[in-house]
Amino acid sequence: MSQLPVDAVAALQAFQAVGSWEQRARMLMQWGERLPVLAEEDKVEANLVQGCESQVWLVGRLQDGHWQFAASSEARMIRGLVALLLARVNGLSVAELQAVDLSDWFNQLGLSRQVSPSRSNGLNAVLQRMRGLARMQN
Amino acid sequence: MLVPSPWRADFPAIATLQRQDQTYLDNAATTQKPQALLDAISHYYANGAANVHRAQHLPGAHATQAFEDSRVKVAQWLNAGDSGQIVFTHGATSTLNLLAYGLEHLFNAGDELVISALEHHANLLPWQQLAKRRALKLVVLPLNAAGLIDLDAAAELIGPRTRLLAVSQLSNVLGTWQPLHPLLALARARGALSVVDGAQGIVHGRHDVQTLDCDFYVFSSHKLYGPDGVGVLFGRNEALHHLRHWQFGGEMVQQADYHAASFRPAPLGFEAGTPPIAGVIGLGASLDYLSSLDPQAVMAHEAALHDYLLRGLNARNGVRVLGTPQAALVSFVVEGVHNADLAHLLTEQGIAIRAGHHCAMPLLKAMQLPGAIRVSLALYNDSDDLERFFAALDQALDMLR
Repeated sequence: MSQLPVDAVAALQAFQAVGSWEQRARMLMQWGERLPVLAEEDKVEANLVQGCESQVWLVGRLQDGHWQFAASSEARMIRGLVALLLARVNGLSVAELQAVDLSDWFNQLGLSRQVSPSRSNGLNAVLQRMRGLARMQN
Repeated sequence: MLVPSPWRADFPAIATLQRQDQTYLDNAATTQKPQALLDAISHYYANGAANVHRAQHLPGAHATQAFEDSRVKVAQWLNAGDSGQIVFTHGATSTLNLLAYGLEHLFNAGDELVISALEHHANLLPWQQLAKRRALKLVVLPLNAAGLIDLDAAAELIGPRTRLLAVSQLSNVLGTWQPLHPLLALARARGALSVVDGAQGIVHGRHDVQTLDCDFYVFSSHKLYGPDGVGVLFGRNEALHHLRHWQFGGEMVQQADYHAASFRPAPLGFEAGTPPIAGVIGLGASLDYLSSLDPQAVMAHEAALHDYLLRGLNARNGVRVLGTPQAALVSFVVEGVHNADLAHLLTEQGIAIRAGHHCAMPLLKAMQLPGAIRVSLALYNDSDDLERFFAALDQALDMLR
């Protein structure tokens, strides 16, 4: 296992220290607010992730062999979840991204219920889109 | 407690959910089941399962008897009398597909099928796809501001080329009873067939298909406190003559050769293969249970609870109720708050409600809403459930605003 990105380490420390659901929710919102603004030209149909309760756009680009994802959502909780996802994957190489167990990442953060199959919040759809983008590079 | 439910203890899952700190307010999606149903299904499986309508043996005779008893109970529940037949399917969706395929031969290019703007996907997509197959025109009746099908528009739109009208009795998003009598009269005047989707309506109050005078009435068992996997079609005798066989297989066949076969009339002719026997028997038990309740008391309870819900929502700043709900459920949005965020925080607090488009995407799109929150009630809910919901809502809004 390669070393965790810096942001991922910070996320783990923050979320593993959380006690109550209120704290967790507030922290999710804070992480969502830190998500960089997605360029307007990226908010197009082709980047829209289908299967979300709220609109989520996801774009991924390879720069010098490393993934840079950007995303946006109009809903704050999913924005926070997406921010946590990007914290784990941004900067990874093609091979590293393919090796990451994204569901397990949310388990480690204490957010496993957000990726359960019955959840329709859209995080699963985002994960799938990301896996799809990762596969296309293979 | 202001509005207690005398029937709460009859539904064992409610106590279990409460122990898990879950408040179940998603009853328009599916309902919890009465003990009577659990007993009936357990009794059936513990005393000898058998297939129906074929075997000579005793278990087969028992199963067939219980299965056919359920058919009688459903007919009684709808007051069908001898005006028509009850067909069992696998759900309201499969019933509507049966109709869309079984009636297809009646329609020619340019004929019109009429639905309404509030139909959920089950009463939209089968007709939409039928219209595509046969080059028919799908006409969508608009709603008025209160969330009722606009009768003036309907009088214009239900015309000489209308061959079929398919509308919901009670909206699963707006909680409005639709003006079925004038709508069905308009259809009848044009000689069009009528389909009433009772998926939500059947659960609230008693409905008489003879008074309603529709050709077909459709509902699913699981929303009416019965097992899932069972749907019901009531068809008027004259209308059933138009319905062609759709799914083929055992049970529905009369004579079979390698190259030709003849089929039974309704109801068995539309029940191909082994039906959901335990489910049908379970539905019969749920109907027995429901029949044992005082209908006036149930109606009064549901009305009081609905009123309680509506008042509580209207008392809160920024809450906007969709339409003017009359029964069963309330959908709402909150100004400046995304419904997905609200749903997230309500879920965290153990409130089981529905967020999103409620399987009626075109309606929400027409209202220019990305989604809404829906709270839907059942006879076992009480005002404490609603108080827990209100407290969770206040907490969530505190955090989000």
